[in-house]
Amino acid sequence: MIKKTSIRRFFADNVVVIIFLVLTAAATPVSGLSAGYIVQEILTRIGRNSFLVFSLILPVMAGMGLNFGMVLGAMAGEIGLIFAVDWNIIGVPGLIFANLVGLPIAIFLGWLCGEVLNRARGREMVTGFILGFFMDGIYQFVVLYLMGSVIPMRSAAITLSRGYGIRNTLNLDSVRQSLDDLLMVKLFGINLPIATYLIIILLCVFIIWFRKTKLGQDMRAIGQDQIVSNASGIPVARTRVIAIIISTILAMVGQIIFLQNMGNMATYNAHRQTGFFAVAAILVGGASVTKATIPNVFIGVVLLHLMYIVMPRAGAQLFGSAQIGEYFRDAFSYGAIALALVLHAWRKMRGVEIDRAGLRQGVASAAPLEAIEPIKEDTL
Amino acid sequence: MQKLKEFVTDFGLPRIIIFFFLIGLFVAAPFVGVRIDTSISDVLNRFGQNAILVLALVPMVQSGCGLNFGLPVGIIAGLLGGTLAMQLGLSGWLGFAGALAISMPFAILMGWLYGQLLNRVKGDEMTIAMYVGFSMVTFFSILWLLLPYSNPTMVWGYAGQGLRTTITLDNYWGQILNNFLSVRIGESFFIPTGMILFVLLCALIVYLFFRSKTGTAMTAVGSNPDFARAGGVSVDKMRTISVIVSTMLGAIGILVYQQSYGFIQLYQGPLYMAFPAVAALLIGGASVNKASMVNVLVGTLLFQGILTMTPSVINSVLKTDMSEVLRIVLSNGMILYALTRKTKVSK
Repeated sequence: MIKKTSIRRFFADNVVVIIFLVLTAAATPVSGLSAGYIVQEILTRIGRNSFLVFSLILPVMAGMGLNFGMVLGAMAGEIGLIFAVDWNIIGVPGLIFANLVGLPIAIFLGWLCGEVLNRARGREMVTGFILGFFMDGIYQFVVLYLMGSVIPMRSAAITLSRGYGIRNTLNLDSVRQSLDDLLMVKLFGINLPIATYLIIILLCVFIIWFRKTKLGQDMRAIGQDQIVSNASGIPVARTRVIAIIISTILAMVGQIIFLQNMGNMATYNAHRQTGFFAVAAILVGGASVTKATIPNVFIGVVLLHLMYIVMPRAGAQLFGSAQIGEYFRDAFSYGAIALALVLHAWRKMRGVEIDRAGLRQGVASAAPLEAIEPIKEDTL
Repeated sequence: MQKLKEFVTDFGLPRIIIFFFLIGLFVAAPFVGVRIDTSISDVLNRFGQNAILVLALVPMVQSGCGLNFGLPVGIIAGLLGGTLAMQLGLSGWLGFAGALAISMPFAILMGWLYGQLLNRVKGDEMTIAMYVGFSMVTFFSILWLLLPYSNPTMVWGYAGQGLRTTITLDNYWGQILNNFLSVRIGESFFIPTGMILFVLLCALIVYLFFRSKTGTAMTAVGSNPDFARAGGVSVDKMRTISVIVSTMLGAIGILVYQQSYGFIQLYQGPLYMAFPAVAALLIGGASVNKASMVNVLVGTLLFQGILTMTPSVINSVLKTDMSEVLRIVLSNGMILYALTRKTKVSK
């Protein structure tokens, strides 16, 4: 009996991962893509995307849910890159320059986001999502109207012909894959961007170390219970803001790594999907709103992107239309996010009911049995 | 002075700014060569188009489910009704009525399922609703390609299957409500009377619904679920009903929108449709847990007014199209304002 429930628990905890695993396992052979191609793509995409996904971990730790406001960091990174291209700083120094320009912007935006989220406790996720939309408007205003008119731009090649505003697509030739190529190792015909991987490993080490610091412990305590943390002298509001600032900075660096690998940047659209992909990846990797670990990031990036690689081809093979495959993967990514959020909210509500049943125990002994029994059944 | 201050905090400074901004736009319009009569006709038309979609948010706000970012669920039901009515070859009034009739069972079914889901995730409705909406839109994108529609005006010409991204309603029921009893004065002044009346009728029905026993119980659930339960009201049942009503209104809303717009937009079209509706409701003075008919009508009028007036007026003044930026900042800023406001105990 115990074994049976533990298997169920495992399924219940990992249902999103399992669905994705089954789905991609079924679609991969159908797509007819070669193993070499898939492995190469996955390895590239780990380098490209995982840094961005890592930026979500700290706010989850601090109990703020999935930080949809990470898009703000992505915007800061894009502004940094615009200046790096404008000043024509080539290669890795260009990337460092972009980070230096983006850093103060990311800190400011992170602080702003943290303050806003502190005013919307209990609905941080939806607020962060809308904040991303809102800032998209401000970003457009700055990049499309202020750059070149108020903010001096040196290069005519990146401004619109009317004299101000940045072009729709920014060519990142000067920094394209400079980080990836810094230490590119070819192994069995597969390119490994070691320098990018090293930076990601460094970030993992940072996160593991950070958890053990005073600040990291404070964040975890706040994630457990804000009221108790406050009573024990942890500055709750301030610590939450710091979690968001760090997350925003990481998202900025992540977006720069992402874009240097892509090689060009859709000036006004590049950040629109960033939050969606990062959140989908970490949830597909088995994270929840309150728990996210380093393995979740890697599993998620591999699974989600495996699906993004194979699905259009599988759709083309099965239905004769790649479009169906594309809608299919979008539907499943949105569905995965919805499912993960639902499961978590559901479990949280069950938890409240258990607490309530526990309170009733003194009054009526029959109630808790009734209340607890379906929990095991329904966690599936 | 004290009273004025109270009114400002009660109504919200952003709303007052938006209100005066709109007045300012109308005052400035003639000086920059924008015709007032065309502008008013446009505002009225867009008001009619969008009002029912905004109205669709009210039941869920009242029952405590929060802002219905999952409005696309209702929209999908409406799209199903519209496309099926076209497939059956219904046109004119019969077509529009048929589309409404066909969409209702879908809306009730989907609304019921959606309500069941939301009842299990109390407290996290908004984020989840958003993603349920997104999933529905993308899932139905697949179905629009696969379902066996065959009416040649609807499917892609060369493949003979799969619905077009936009389907014209020209020979079906395009503009049918707009033209009903419509008033045209001169070249550029046009009142879509039929559509406005239809909107007001829907608003009246919803208003009366909230005066009924069920409606009162629903408001009670939204105001204080524990009291409502103590008073013998089934919280889950009321919430489910509110979601179903919301979904049905969403379906009606999109059909009214489309007949005025003249096209059915499929695939990713409805993906972000909930956000402007939410913004309009909030601009009208609603909060996350309180909304009235006045909020709907005033909000839609203000929001659509600004959307109509800014491109023409601002463009003539600044010689550049800033309206898109303004729209994004305004609508999302309003939602942010509502979400970050301390939820006040209802009066």
